[in-house]
Amino acid sequence: MKKTINILLAGVGGQGTILASDVIANVGLAAGYQAKQAEVHGMSQRGGSVTSFVRWGEVVYSPLVGAGEVDILLAFEKAEALRNLNQLRPGALALVNLEAIEPVTVTSGGQTYPDDAQLRIAFAQITPDVVYIDGPGIAAKLGNPKVINVVLLGAMSALLEKQDWDGLEVSAETWLQAITERVPPKFVELNRQAFLAGRQAVLSPA
Amino acid sequence: MIKLLSGNEAVARGAWEAGAAVASAYPGTPSTEILENFARFPNVYAEWATNEKVAVDVAVGAAYAGRRAFSTMKHVGLNVAADSFMYASMTGIEAGLVIVSADDPAMHSSQNEQDNRTFAKFGRVPCLEPCDSQQAKDLMIAAFELSERFDTPVLLRLTTRVCHSMSAVELGERSEPLLEAAQTRKFPRNTAKYVMVPGNAFKRHPVIEQRIRDVAEFAETFPFNRIEAGDSSLGIITAGISYQYVKEIFPNASVLQLGMTWPLPERMIRQFADSVERVIVVEELDPFIEEAVRLMGIPVEGKSIFPLIGEFDPRVVRESAVQAGLLPETAHVPLPEVSVGSLPTRPPVLCPGCPHRGAFYVLNKLKVPVNGDIGCYTLGLITPLNAIHTCGCMGAGIAVAHGAIKGGSSERHVAVIGDSTFFHTGIPALINTVYNQTPVVTIIMDNRITGMTGHQENPGTGQTLQGKAAPVIEIEPLVRALGVKHVRTVQAFEIEQIETTLKEYLKLDEPSVLITLEPCALLPEGRKRWLPLEVIADQCNGCTLCFRVGCPAILKSEELDEHYQRPKAVIDAGMCTGCEVCAQVCPRDAISFREQRNTQEVGL
Repeated sequence: MKKTINILLAGVGGQGTILASDVIANVGLAAGYQAKQAEVHGMSQRGGSVTSFVRWGEVVYSPLVGAGEVDILLAFEKAEALRNLNQLRPGALALVNLEAIEPVTVTSGGQTYPDDAQLRIAFAQITPDVVYIDGPGIAAKLGNPKVINVVLLGAMSALLEKQDWDGLEVSAETWLQAITERVPPKFVELNRQAFLAGRQAVLSPA
Repeated sequence: MIKLLSGNEAVARGAWEAGAAVASAYPGTPSTEILENFARFPNVYAEWATNEKVAVDVAVGAAYAGRRAFSTMKHVGLNVAADSFMYASMTGIEAGLVIVSADDPAMHSSQNEQDNRTFAKFGRVPCLEPCDSQQAKDLMIAAFELSERFDTPVLLRLTTRVCHSMSAVELGERSEPLLEAAQTRKFPRNTAKYVMVPGNAFKRHPVIEQRIRDVAEFAETFPFNRIEAGDSSLGIITAGISYQYVKEIFPNASVLQLGMTWPLPERMIRQFADSVERVIVVEELDPFIEEAVRLMGIPVEGKSIFPLIGEFDPRVVRESAVQAGLLPETAHVPLPEVSVGSLPTRPPVLCPGCPHRGAFYVLNKLKVPVNGDIGCYTLGLITPLNAIHTCGCMGAGIAVAHGAIKGGSSERHVAVIGDSTFFHTGIPALINTVYNQTPVVTIIMDNRITGMTGHQENPGTGQTLQGKAAPVIEIEPLVRALGVKHVRTVQAFEIEQIETTLKEYLKLDEPSVLITLEPCALLPEGRKRWLPLEVIADQCNGCTLCFRVGCPAILKSEELDEHYQRPKAVIDAGMCTGCEVCAQVCPRDAISFREQRNTQEVGL
């Protein structure tokens, strides 16, 4: 891999974005690249937005990525996907989890939550390469909504294999290893299934 | 072994490898995880102190006693600890002493973005600045060595981006011999050095002025001050995280990376400047290096090109450079033009079940001016609660309310402060209202933990940072002992009692204290008590009163009230903890109480 790959994770506090970015950073390291990760979580524990950058490359200097230079977006939530759209370079790869977490400004205030048409129209302006994934549905089938983050990692791993990223090669085993090291032993099997279900959703969509 | 570590984890690791034995700190973003990580290493002592000044004094004491010690804090914590920082510089130490300041450019979670390198210059103390996690570890170790070599405290200055970014670190071993040496040492009786009465201090001042000149000489060969020779048309002086952006945006330039940003290696800087055609400084926040280099008589540019305010990233550095003509127009990367349509904002909010909510609901209703403080409860500011009107720093609220009254404010003032902040700097301010007599009504929101920074233990928790049982400092007897005659503790969810008490206290002509007590809803023992409530749809007419408590678990239902055609309320069972604040506010008894829910659960 010659160039650096800039990955952005965007979601809401409590969705597991930090664990996911931790896994992605360690996958990069395990695959033989330099990796850096930077969280921008502010007051996320109080329901705010969370973003996290991960960069892989032969040499990685900055842990941050400038606006308009993200190669891969992993959006955990629809409004946060839209909020971070201007972070993407044209033609970037976007993986969007079709989950809505309405902020209080919508649930008890006067603001409105974007509908799916708004989401799709906005993304179409910047890249044809958008994959929408029903994370909540897949996780519900596995019996635990908490594993949506690992479903998304599975989907991302498969998407990376479908495109050529300057010769980047990361095996599913490398991903599973990084996940296994970061979840409690009794949840390893559940997370393995979630990872595989995420891959399945991309490799052979229903 | 190589491992990905955050800057904070790396600083903790560096302290441990350096043989540090004692650490004391008050939590503060972005510094908190340093102590949390250090506390888990074997054979170390780590504690949460009541405030940053106390923490620095603790570290100083340990360093006087011959143990390597350090204290960590967020940038504004050093304001609190400044007095101690300054005397520690005057006395010097017996074993290494490092003060870690985590600055917060862009104010991700702070009230200002002060640049604490100025404290190093002010205090005649060396300042080290790492650019990634490996350097965070290496410079923490170097800081202890420097401290002992020159008999000085050392400031390790981090920024949020270094603290909270992960990069690869080579792990080393702990150097233990220092500890053994310390155990046989007697506490020094060197009064000329350690008792800063004027006569002694007068003799110490020239010593520390000479010391900083000696460190400047050492800086010339300090291995973390390093030149990467490149294209001679442009020479960039940089430090900290800015180094990473420089390497990314100017891959061919000559670079002088300063691992020590105070004092500066003047000969090295001159030599570097002589080797290039144009010298610029790339540094976040203040023109600290830039001004020092200009004082050397070297033509230099910095803040005329790069922003004074906020955090850098590769885009900021590149686009600033393009604008100044340092890079060609072709280097400009346009922002993608996309329209996303209208998006709802997502402000941070008090959590569902937060014990602070009820009191803020009442304060909003009473329409009194509220002088707030720093903690989760600062979020009482946000609509629909709108019940915080000032908030400047830790411990300010009570004295600001007192001052407002002395200044002739025509209204009655309420001060709001959390338990940890009360222990931090609230107590002297409360004593002041008693001594100088103002009828400030102080609400101490006691949730038994330091909440905002992520559940650190405090003197009210009953446990220390390293998991030992500790005496629980109860606030009500403490407040009574301070001379406050009107003190009442109320369960934080009892809105009526809070309202009655406040109305009574607001009529008094002397100080009073209301303690609203309830452990943070997110604590494990709090979670066990969660029991979601339910809106009884037939009784709800969509009056929206329950929305005014500002709870994220109360949502607008799809169902409209037949008569008024407005959305009814519905409760998200996944978020509701069953605190009953909304149930108490509902005028139509349309929200179930826990008792009703319990009855349903057992099927009666």
